[in-house]
Amino acid sequence: MNVIARRILPPVLLGIVVLAAWQILVTALAIPQIVLPSPAAILAETLAYIPVLFSAALVTGWNALVGLVVGSLLGIGFALVAASIRVFDELTTPLVAALAVIPIVALAPVLYTMYGADVQSARQAVAGISVFVPVFLNTLRGLRQTRPVHRDLMRAYAATRWQAMRTVTLPTARPFIFTGLRIASSLSVIAALVAEYFGGPRGGLGTFITASVAGSDYARAWSYVLASIVLGLLFYLAALAVETLAVRHRPA
Amino acid sequence: MSTIETTAPPERAGAGAPAVAVTGLDKTFTTSDGPTQALKGIDLEVAAGEFVSLIGPSGCGKSTLLRIIADLERPTTGEVRVFGTSAPQARLDQAYGIAFQQAGLLGWRTVAANVELPLELHGVGRAARRARSTELLELVGLSDFAARFPDQLSGGMQQRVAIARALAERPRLLLMDEPFGALDEMTRERMQTELARISAETGAAVVFVTHSISEAAFLSDRVVVMSPRPGRITTTVTTGLGPVGERTDALREDPRFFEAVTAVREGLHAGSAGVAGTGGGSGGTGAAT
Repeated sequence: MNVIARRILPPVLLGIVVLAAWQILVTALAIPQIVLPSPAAILAETLAYIPVLFSAALVTGWNALVGLVVGSLLGIGFALVAASIRVFDELTTPLVAALAVIPIVALAPVLYTMYGADVQSARQAVAGISVFVPVFLNTLRGLRQTRPVHRDLMRAYAATRWQAMRTVTLPTARPFIFTGLRIASSLSVIAALVAEYFGGPRGGLGTFITASVAGSDYARAWSYVLASIVLGLLFYLAALAVETLAVRHRPA
Repeated sequence: MSTIETTAPPERAGAGAPAVAVTGLDKTFTTSDGPTQALKGIDLEVAAGEFVSLIGPSGCGKSTLLRIIADLERPTTGEVRVFGTSAPQARLDQAYGIAFQQAGLLGWRTVAANVELPLELHGVGRAARRARSTELLELVGLSDFAARFPDQLSGGMQQRVAIARALAERPRLLLMDEPFGALDEMTRERMQTELARISAETGAAVVFVTHSISEAAFLSDRVVVMSPRPGRITTTVTTGLGPVGERTDALREDPRFFEAVTAVREGLHAGSAGVAGTGGGSGGTGAAT
């Protein structure tokens, strides 16, 4: 009760105030729709197009999810190898640094020609690559946090590499891995969505945003943006929920 | 390779051998400024069941010596035998239990699960593990905290958990590297009294690194005094305070305790004075190469 009053109510109130101000401003100043549609207009479009929004979110969400899962698995896997094999680490560090500075979505057109323009794989690949970097870097950092006293203990216990990994190294890295996944979760949605701006099959939120803008349907474009925000939020919350479940047994 | 007998039988091969036998040990670290000699010409024997402290100023190599006995470091030259076997073999056999200045508990495991960690790594069944951790937590007076997490415990309690963990496999040798170094004086004295009792109850030999004179005198049968650059043993003080297990807080006000403290202190000062005075003379002990 108290939590709701103190932590949830204020932002909700603020949101309502902002929306009301927006609505009053747009009506009072007679701002044309091309500049800024009113919240009421956006809401009307959203309600009218719910089935379309839902199916578009499903397309983009699926691409993001595939990218997130594959990119994260690769990121964690490569980090494990890099943490245990020094040469591999030295080889990959510059590559990952290069990967981190490439605007991945800029690769989308190139990937479309590679995969063919009528499949979703290019978008999934874009999402996957952009997820890979934060997951890899955070996991690698986490794997290097093992405290010397724990390393000494594992040696004193004559623990095997695998035992040391399972009992000390991975649990120590866990918060770092989840930080990477949390960053990656919203990143995957953004990447999958923006990749749609560069062509490829229609059906996702990104293609509908560009199509609505091209058709001067600004309120509808905003309703797709709204759906994108909800989708990104869902991914973020899902990552947060998984993290909370996984580290539940550890006091803060 | 690392399948280990988990309940050490009281008598086994090498039972007659001393707990620790170090002969002619040198240790040189290679640093960016060139080689640094950490230990020089160390000879040390610890009998089974004996409590021996290593004391000396920072940088005298006492922790390094302990780590070499534990096979966490390798000696440059010289030999280390633990119950008659080589140090690496003793480590694989889990011949010793170890505790460090940092308790080094795993924060994501309960207190009981931390105590059970070595048993778990060596394949002891769940029921046997639980029985042993219950027993050990009782020994260190933490039975009520089995289900807590380390963060919920004070520093002294965490260190007691670490000691329980070191005792999990009934080692006949305990290696302790300043285990009470980070504790306040009150807690420290209580822990010392408890360790005296525990070491007597388990009958394990203890090699105890400290830089507290009173701690060394209170706990030990013998105090080995070391001096730095290069680390070497200057004197050995036999405290003569009776069986370690019978040492209680009353001993802290006993004149014999003050005598032992004085003897250790004088040994330490003679050792550090000797750095200037007999610097050249100590070369004679480095013949182990």
